[in-house]
Amino acid sequence: MNKISIKGLSVRFGDKAALRDVNLDVYEHEILSVIGPANSGKSTLLLCLNRMVDRIYGSRVDGKLLLDGQNVYSIEDVEELRRRVGIVFAVPIPLPMTIRENILFGPKLKGRLKRSEADHLVESSLKAAFLWDEVKDRLETFALRLSGGQQQRLCIARTLALKPEIIMFDEPCSGLDPISTAKVEEALKELKKSYTMIFVTNNTKQAARIGDRTAFLLMGELIEIDRTQTIFTVPSNKKTEEYVTGRFG
Amino acid sequence: MSRISPKITEKIAKLFLWSAAIFTIGALIFVISFVLAGGLKHISWAFLTQPILDMGREGGILPAIVGTIFMVFVAIGIAAPLGVASAIYLAEYTREGKVTQAIRFGINCLAGVPSIIFGLFGFILFVVMLGFGWSILSGGLSLSAMILPTVIRTAEEALRAVPASYRDVAASLGATRWQVVTRSVLPYALPGILTGVILGIGRSIEETAVVIFTAGSAVQMPTSLFDSSRTMAVHFYILAREGISNDMAYATAAVLIITILVINVSAYTMMHRLTKGRRA
Amino acid sequence: MDRFISKLLFLAACSSTAILALIALFIFKEGLPIMAKTGIGHFILGKEWAPLSGQFGIYAFIIGSLWVTIGALIFGVPLGVSCAVFLAEFAPPKWVGVLKPAIELLAGIPSVVYGFLGVMWLAPIIREHLGGPGLSILAASIVLAIMILPTIVSVSIDAIQAVPKSYKEGSLALGATAWQSTWRVILPAAKSGILAGVILGMGRAVGETMAVIMISGNATTIPHSPLDSVRTLTANIAIEMGYAVGDHRQALFATGVVLFFFIMILNTVALKFARRKF
Repeated sequence: MNKISIKGLSVRFGDKAALRDVNLDVYEHEILSVIGPANSGKSTLLLCLNRMVDRIYGSRVDGKLLLDGQNVYSIEDVEELRRRVGIVFAVPIPLPMTIRENILFGPKLKGRLKRSEADHLVESSLKAAFLWDEVKDRLETFALRLSGGQQQRLCIARTLALKPEIIMFDEPCSGLDPISTAKVEEALKELKKSYTMIFVTNNTKQAARIGDRTAFLLMGELIEIDRTQTIFTVPSNKKTEEYVTGRFG
Repeated sequence: MSRISPKITEKIAKLFLWSAAIFTIGALIFVISFVLAGGLKHISWAFLTQPILDMGREGGILPAIVGTIFMVFVAIGIAAPLGVASAIYLAEYTREGKVTQAIRFGINCLAGVPSIIFGLFGFILFVVMLGFGWSILSGGLSLSAMILPTVIRTAEEALRAVPASYRDVAASLGATRWQVVTRSVLPYALPGILTGVILGIGRSIEETAVVIFTAGSAVQMPTSLFDSSRTMAVHFYILAREGISNDMAYATAAVLIITILVINVSAYTMMHRLTKGRRA
Repeated sequence: MDRFISKLLFLAACSSTAILALIALFIFKEGLPIMAKTGIGHFILGKEWAPLSGQFGIYAFIIGSLWVTIGALIFGVPLGVSCAVFLAEFAPPKWVGVLKPAIELLAGIPSVVYGFLGVMWLAPIIREHLGGPGLSILAASIVLAIMILPTIVSVSIDAIQAVPKSYKEGSLALGATAWQSTWRVILPAAKSGILAGVILGMGRAVGETMAVIMISGNATTIPHSPLDSVRTLTANIAIEMGYAVGDHRQALFATGVVLFFFIMILNTVALKFARRKF
């Protein structure tokens, strides 16, 4: 079943085109890896789905973006959309508050929480992000004290606390060392059971490890989308082959 | 004629710069110590807590202290919310363009308007036209107009110092524009904003020209916002200018200077802590 | 909701401009009639200020303001800019962190205190050693110079520090001494910023009121030497405002109009320079 359906999506920033006529679907409960060199429009694609792109001055979005069949751009409550479609950024950005407050930041925007509810939410989110055991005794410490890998998992937990339907990752491991990366990837594999995920990366090996399907973007155009195994073994497009075998990019 | 060697020029230049710096710092120390030396010995508990008697020859300065506090409250009570709201608009709610240029031009010009002009303005608008008379209210309102640019500028700087990523994160977690500002920007800009407010308080306390024409110079203890009252600065000016009592003038000046010192130092440490916190 | 907040904030942001407009409106409304009555030429160039007999000429005060301002710049600019160069280029960075706010503290000292200092200390020295009444252009200039130092120093330091480090490094790499690099590379690059600081300082000197009243002597005649007493535009307003009525009061507002023009011109020029980048 199609969770997201993108039809003829084009994005411009001023007079610079970031995406050109992209068509793709994302299935429910799959991980879609999106690969491509820098400036190929991967992040822009994510920013369109939760309309964070609206916040960028001079941006212009054309085409159709359907979430559960509903056009994203006809949704009145943008904030609600952003809760349904969570995002984890490339660099871990913990807000300068405690671990607990970071997790509860999103839920509290909707109103006050009961103590027990909040406790439960913090615990379940941190557990799902594989961070609970490391921080359970110091929930009141400043989030900036955590290591880079822990911070990124905290950001994942913070997104999970919104109870989103879709989670988008924008190169979430780009700033992390291999061990931290492994931990984040482990968390992702578990999450796949309950969420639809889009995973942007410029690390092709990581895309291969994680994605059910993989999309390849180049210069703002979708070159190819297929099962990950197909993309990495018998891609139909020559450019895809060159990219995944490391001949350019 | 031979040119002076670069080495010697360097020495002379550095000597000159050193003396300029020493002179400037010396001036600061001189002004402060001149006043403190003349005034500290006349400051007593009684001086701070007694009414102004015989036009200031006797008694203390309590009404002037109270008048100052009242007027600062009115001034900050108006300038702080208005200034912070302006800053939020400029930093968070708009893009640079024709409109912001016009707004900024207004702020910059207002910052340059001499205090005596604020005095004239406050006199004609608040004292005469609106009928507030010479009063704490008129004085406070005029002061608020004067310190508004200071508050706006510092607040905007503080808001802009908050990393853009905090806003992105908050928005991505479903915060409305206003929630982004109140929950992920304002808390971290608060020390900077407070610095501006404190500087505004300082400006209000040291001001004489604005206050003397809008709040008058009554020596009685003010009991309402519509009472005329003198501030410490006005009291000092009258004591000194009319030669009423040099001792009392020195003492009042010393109290003024100490207040200003405390205010500025606390504003500075707050700013310092803010920049330090950002580095951590 | 969000749109409502946005509108509210916009209104707040317009308040400064609105206040500025109100100030101009009221000062002009009060001041222009008398200017029209006396004739602008007579008002500005008239040498006679005798409110009781209806003579309103502020030429002497314009000259007075010019004298004390120029005097303040003569003392204040070399001192302030040198101090800024020293702090930004030659002093250990730690000193700057302490000394810059300390100098800015000078700006926080009430102007009446400066005036008092001038009366109690400076004026007697001038009277004894140089002659004249003591309360004079010279005394006012020196006190104003100290008062505008913080503005000049602070803005100049910012301007100098804004010059890219690579400029200086490039110059040093070519074998220039530290002073040569500063003099030939840094200062020219920071010129417009420093100028902005000087003009802002000038604005402060023109607009300063209470200190000037106390130390300039307030004579309504045209000065002939730096040791003469003068009255500035600001002082003229402040001294007579307390008891002026009718035409007289209007004439004081008209003085405010002239002052307002002066300041606006200075501000606009300063902003032009401040905005200029390398």
